[in-house]
Amino acid sequence: MTQLNAREWLLGQSRIKPLEAVFWLLAFAAPVLTPSHALIINEIAIVALFAISLDIILGYTGIVSLGHAAFFGLGGYAAALFAKHVMPDPLVGLAVGIAAATLLGLMASLTILRGSDLTRLMVTLGLGLILMELANKLDWLTGGADGLQGVVMGSILGRFEFDLSGQTAAYYSLSVLLVFFMLLRRVTQSPLGATLMAIRDNRLRAMSIGIPVNARLTLAYTLAAAVAGAAGALMTQTTGFASLDLFEFHRSADVLLILVIGGTGWLYGGVAGAIVFKLMQDFLSSITPQYWMFWIGLFLVVLVLVGRDRLIRPWTWLGAGRKGQS
Amino acid sequence: MLTILFDGVAYGMLLFILAVGLAVTMGLMNFINLAHGAFAMAGGYITVLLMQRLGVPFLVCLPLAFLGAALMGALLERTLYRPMYNKPHLDQVLFSIGLVFMAVASVDYFLGSSQQNIHLPVWLKGRTEIGSDAFMLGMGHYRLFIIAVCAALTVALQYVLTKTRFGSRLRASVDDQRVAAGLGINVNLVFLSTFAVGSGLAGLGGALGAEVLGLDPTFPLKFMVYFLIVVAVGGTSSITGPLLAALLLGIADVAGKYYIPKLGAFIVYSLMIAILIWRPQGLFVRKAAKSS
Repeated sequence: MTQLNAREWLLGQSRIKPLEAVFWLLAFAAPVLTPSHALIINEIAIVALFAISLDIILGYTGIVSLGHAAFFGLGGYAAALFAKHVMPDPLVGLAVGIAAATLLGLMASLTILRGSDLTRLMVTLGLGLILMELANKLDWLTGGADGLQGVVMGSILGRFEFDLSGQTAAYYSLSVLLVFFMLLRRVTQSPLGATLMAIRDNRLRAMSIGIPVNARLTLAYTLAAAVAGAAGALMTQTTGFASLDLFEFHRSADVLLILVIGGTGWLYGGVAGAIVFKLMQDFLSSITPQYWMFWIGLFLVVLVLVGRDRLIRPWTWLGAGRKGQS
Repeated sequence: MLTILFDGVAYGMLLFILAVGLAVTMGLMNFINLAHGAFAMAGGYITVLLMQRLGVPFLVCLPLAFLGAALMGALLERTLYRPMYNKPHLDQVLFSIGLVFMAVASVDYFLGSSQQNIHLPVWLKGRTEIGSDAFMLGMGHYRLFIIAVCAALTVALQYVLTKTRFGSRLRASVDDQRVAAGLGINVNLVFLSTFAVGSGLAGLGGALGAEVLGLDPTFPLKFMVYFLIVVAVGGTSSITGPLLAALLLGIADVAGKYYIPKLGAFIVYSLMIAILIWRPQGLFVRKAAKSS
């Protein structure tokens, strides 16, 4: 392959394909086409944003995290507190949420540089639990176990009020999702993204070809934290409520599941996973609201036993077994 | 002061019994098993059900809890866990979280979400006090019983691991699976029995701890972190590491909750993160242990 061809091939990879444009157009048309589902579209967009933020560290950099909800929750609480005590403008609140999560991500990235998967799992889990304890104990600020109530949001850009049907919220979340999606898409396809993937595939080799591994890990973790913070901020802004639930362990586990359903190392994986997960949750919760946890557990077990690569490619189901062992 | 230390030691011993199985399986198979608490919960519920529904005495329940959990462990190891050993850590995490979720939801479904109580026999209910004032040592009889049982188990475990043939096979498999298999050790059998015993110990710990830790369907989720802390801080290469880590955790937790209740579990988590940043492989690790 000559140099020119290689370059064209690389550029072709990063070009926006027609199918993507169709997808985003459909996504933005959805709240108008089915106004009654605007609320769930809003939720899907938020969860998708959260999932793609995890993808940056899990799918692209190879860090298993069980505490990603820490950033989600912090962003959410920061945005809610800002709206309650300083000013109700959503966009400024969003920026505050992102800033808070970025700061925490930068500090927390120190903890994931060393150690094995187990150590990372533990420190990320511990961070999530610490933040939950903090939010629980600082009840003069966060409302403790009752949650932070009385968050009133202003209108977006001074023009679009949040309405009860959730259309404004859906558009707000979708727009933020689109912006961050494109940003992350650009990042992952840049040389920087390539170095992240090199670190994921073989840290030792990445180090020996001169990639500053620790600096890149810090960067990726901080970036992921920032985007997760944005998702959390969207969550509290569109629901007008922040509670300890934002930090719960099951949130970190859910987002891991979402990402795995859609496929890791692929930004659309997070979005697709979010859609499937939320619809599945909606469906199963309407049958057995209390025992939804059982089905999600069963799903996880089956997913791993079948092999998570195969589940998203139904055409490989037939004639499996032999290949599955590899 | 001494009372807190005593309670901390009892708590730590309990945590050790609960988590030692996890330490061995994690060291042995390099498998991240978040579902370990589910076996402890199984042991706890076996005890509660036997005592409440059938009126079996407490002391008889304990071995039954051990057997029940061990049987469950063996069954699951053979059917579900074994294909997982060679998968990436992410798969193992997802798989065991799935198991925990299923366990939590099924117990909730069949037995209700309320907290279960164990009615201790009278001779375990009392409390003895020694000394006076600042050096007063108040020992709950039940806690004394826990310490005695756990200490006996620890000694037995240490004996099995260091002196018996099975122990040397186990250690050989931990050190290098392939060479051990090459020497004619049936590694699969070693895995199976270790997993079963580990789960059984967790079940016994759950039965013993039902009174102290509380038992409800969310038990595996609530204590998952504690088990993992014991293993991550103590390292997986010996049983003294997890033992010291468990005692440290138990004392820190009890003391923290007593002296600074406002901070709650905060201290324990911060301590864990600090230790893991300082010594990522755990506090008490042999040098030149195999890297995962």
